[in-house]
Amino acid sequence: MSQTAPAAAVALSHVSKIFGRFAALRDVSAAFPPGKLYAILGDNGAGKTTLLRAMVGLAPPTRGKVTVLGTEDLRAATAQIGYMAHPTLLYEEMSAIENLRYFAALYGIRQDHPCERAIRAVGLDPALARRVGQYSQGMRQRLSLARALVHDPRILFLDEPFSNVDVVSAREMVHVLAQMRDLGKTIFIVTHQAVLLEGVADEFVSMAAGQISARTRDLPSGLERGAPPARATL
Amino acid sequence: MSLGEITRVSLAKDLRLEWRSKDAINSMLFFALLVVVIFSFSFDPTAEESRHIAGGLIWVAFLFAAVVALNQTWARELRNQVLDAYRVSPAPANALFISKTVGNFIFVAVLETLMAPLFMVFYNLRSIGPVYELVLVAILATWALVANGTFFAAMSIRTRSREVMLPLILFPISIPALLAMVSATTAILTGEGSARFWVVLLVVYDVVFTTVCLLLFETVLHAE
Repeated sequence: MSQTAPAAAVALSHVSKIFGRFAALRDVSAAFPPGKLYAILGDNGAGKTTLLRAMVGLAPPTRGKVTVLGTEDLRAATAQIGYMAHPTLLYEEMSAIENLRYFAALYGIRQDHPCERAIRAVGLDPALARRVGQYSQGMRQRLSLARALVHDPRILFLDEPFSNVDVVSAREMVHVLAQMRDLGKTIFIVTHQAVLLEGVADEFVSMAAGQISARTRDLPSGLERGAPPARATL
Repeated sequence: MSLGEITRVSLAKDLRLEWRSKDAINSMLFFALLVVVIFSFSFDPTAEESRHIAGGLIWVAFLFAAVVALNQTWARELRNQVLDAYRVSPAPANALFISKTVGNFIFVAVLETLMAPLFMVFYNLRSIGPVYELVLVAILATWALVANGTFFAAMSIRTRSREVMLPLILFPISIPALLAMVSATTAILTGEGSARFWVVLLVVYDVVFTTVCLLLFETVLHAE
C-alpha cells in the first residue's frame, strides 16, 4: 500500500514582494505540511511579517504564487485562516465579548459560546465588561489571539503574539497553541522570542534579507536558552 | 452569513462605536453650527433674500460637515488596523460599504434634523412650496453625499494626507448632485418653479453612483 505525503497547508512558489525599490521577499519557494507549528525567525526587516501577510492574502506577491489549502484563490480560503497581526485588530471602544461577537459574525457564527470559549482559552474572562481600550497591552495581545481563534480555523498565522506579554502568560499561550497543533491545526508564528517555542515548534524557519535562509528542527544556534546575547561586530 | 446579516451586524457595530465615542456627530454639529452662525453674521438678509440663498448655504454647510463624518468612519477602521481583520474574513466587501454608507446617512440625517430648526431661526425661513418635497430632497441629497463620500473616503484612507484628499476627490464629483440639491431646495423654499427636474436628477445620480461604488468597492477594499 503506497502512502502519499499530505498536501502542503501552505506552498510558496518563487514569491517576491517588492515595495517601490525595496524587495521585502526575494524569490521565496517553500512548502509547509499541515499539522505542524512553524516558528518564523529573523532580524527586523528580514521579511517575516511580509511573508505572513503574503500567506493570508493581505500582501499579494509581486511575482510568484501562494497556495493555501490547495487553492491559489486566497479569498476562498479565508474561512479556514486565522490571522493575528502585530496591531491588535480590535475596537478599543468595545468589550472583549462585543469584539468577538462582531468578528465571529463575519464568519457566520451567531452563538456566544464560541466567543466565550476563545476568550477563556487565552485566559481572559468573557464577562469582563471593561472596554478593550482599558486593557493592559498583554490582555490586548491575548484577546487578539482569541479573535484569531474564534472561528476555529485550520491554519493560524500569528505575528509577534508574545510581544508585551509577561513570561507566564506567554508560556500559557504557547501551551494553548501546542494543544491546537496537536489537534491537527497548522500554526505559523513570527516571533523574536524563539526560546518560548523551544521543544514546542516542529520547525524553525529562519529568514534573512527577504529569503528563507534555513529550516531546522532545533532552535538555531545562538538562540537557545542561556545563550549569550549576540554581540555586534564592528 | 448573508450580505444583509453582515451589513446589519456591521451597522450595529458602527452605531455602537459612534454612540460611545460621539466622534463624528460632535465634530459635525460644531462645524455646521459654526457655519450657520458665521454666515448669519456675515449677511443680514431679508426673509425673501434668505429663501433665495438658503439652499446653497444649507447644503454647503452639510457637505463640509459630512466630510468630517466620512473621514471618521474609516479612521476608526484604521486604528489598530481593524480593517485587516475584515479583509481576511469571508465577509462580502459590499456589506461593509453598505453598512458604512447607511451609518453615515444616519449621522448626517441626525445633523440635518438638529440643524434645520436653527437655519429657520437664523435666516427667518419659511417654505412656500410643499414641505414633504423638502424632506424627499433631503433624503436623496444626503444619500448622494454619503454614498460617494464613503466610497472616496475608503479610497483615500491609504494616502498620507487623507483629510485633504477626500474633499479634493469628492467635491468635483459631487457638483451635479450639489447643483440639483441646491436648485431643488431653492425652488421649494421660494415656490418659484418646479423641483421635479432636480429631484429626478438626484435619483439618477444616486442610482448611478451607488451602483458604480458597489461594483468597485471590493477592489478598493483589497487594494494595497
